[in-house]
Amino acid sequence: MIRSELIQKIADENPHLYQRDVERIVNTIFEEIINTMARGDRVELRGFGAFSVKKRDARVGRNPRTGESVQVEEKHVPFFKTGKLLRDRLNEE
Amino acid sequence: MSEKTLTRMDLSECVFREVGLSRNESAQLVESVLTSMSDALVAGETVKISSFGTFSVRAKAARVGRNPKTGEEVPIHPRRVLTFRPSHLMKDRVAAGNKK
Repeated sequence: MIRSELIQKIADENPHLYQRDVERIVNTIFEEIINTMARGDRVELRGFGAFSVKKRDARVGRNPRTGESVQVEEKHVPFFKTGKLLRDRLNEE
Repeated sequence: MSEKTLTRMDLSECVFREVGLSRNESAQLVESVLTSMSDALVAGETVKISSFGTFSVRAKAARVGRNPKTGEEVPIHPRRVLTFRPSHLMKDRVAAGNKK
């Protein structure tokens, strides 16, 4: 399933809405999740999962080609943990 | 680090402000989006949202695990797990937004 198929599915379920509004709704949801993480906050969607930000400490890395040491700065990366309900649903008979 | 946690309610509020549907309908639409994605994943599909990220389902083989407290061996059954791979855009925005 890709973004446009998701939009189409929601549009089919809601024939009273304009397609362009469904598009804005779906885009708003994903946009807001990214905005929240960019502020360093968490997004918790019970049953589905939680998006959070993890800190990676600064470290000394190595250029694998030359073997040269390089200083890698501290950075923050997005992380997703699957919710319990969805995890269980993935494993039902 | 984080003070505020965003929930379904906050997402519905954004949809409400963006499109001007009722609060109730906005909440239902947020729910429909999550349900559609979950259903596709449960059906074994990959869900790929451009400029957001990719959710995919992986099958894990059975293995013997160990209770770390007692050292007792316990069988771990084969199972399916969900992994999320953030898009470059998401990674860049999260890194930039949290930079000191």
